[in-house]
Amino acid sequence: MTFRKYLVLAGITIFSTLGDSLLARGMKELGGASLHNIPSLLLAILNPFVAVGILLLLAFFASYMSALSWADLTYVLPATSLSYVLVAVIARIGFHEEISTTRWLGIALIAAGVGFVAVGPSATTDGYGEASRSLENAPRGAGMKECAREEVGS
Amino acid sequence: MNTIYTWAAIALITLAATTGDVLLAYSMKRVGHVGKLWESRGLLAVAKRILGVPTFFLGVLAMAVAFYSLLFGLSWGNLSLVVPASASLTFVANAVAARIFLHEHVSGRRWLAAILVAGGVALMAM
Repeated sequence: MTFRKYLVLAGITIFSTLGDSLLARGMKELGGASLHNIPSLLLAILNPFVAVGILLLLAFFASYMSALSWADLTYVLPATSLSYVLVAVIARIGFHEEISTTRWLGIALIAAGVGFVAVGPSATTDGYGEASRSLENAPRGAGMKECAREEVGS
Repeated sequence: MNTIYTWAAIALITLAATTGDVLLAYSMKRVGHVGKLWESRGLLAVAKRILGVPTFFLGVLAMAVAFYSLLFGLSWGNLSLVVPASASLTFVANAVAARIFLHEHVSGRRWLAAILVAGGVALMAM
């Protein structure tokens, strides 16, 4: 379970970073978007970089939903924000964007904040662990709420 | 002018993404442990149960708004500003929202992380 847990968290980080980067690359290729030209924004999907970027963001969404089903929102978000650092590296190497010392310092501060949270517990909401444990024995179609109520009632 | 547009996009991304994150986290907690559900009942059961939670669709809608704001933001501003700035502001807003709406126990450790991230964002925007 622990290995899979970190695999899902790593998936969130990598898929979101690569997805964002490919989107940026595609949007730069298309030129500045404008509110006066909404159709061009919808046609942006035809750009291969944008298309693959969206596919990667879908993969991100799937792993994100999976993580949210067993962990706190305030755990999942920081635990996966190694992507800030990845974005900076990709922006520097792949896009040749200038990154100042101040900005690197900001990234370091964010990464430090991430470290603080990642070592803590992943779920803190009451009854969540019990409800998910009883899920395997629950009758077909029973929702979380029902499972929890059964546990309390018995 | 582009700076104002960029920060307006960042603000909109933050608001929409926080709303989406809270709604999706709430929905997924109602669904239950996806991994265990997949093993015991199969992928179809997982999809069925997720689609049966109405707040999931509201969350996706809010995420779509955030996504299109991101597309606009990326065409105006640098990748290394727009993505980290909006994402980490969302993180701080989420710490507050998760405590209020999801009743998560946001410990001192998690608040400290929020403050560090906020400081990091301020540095990156300079």
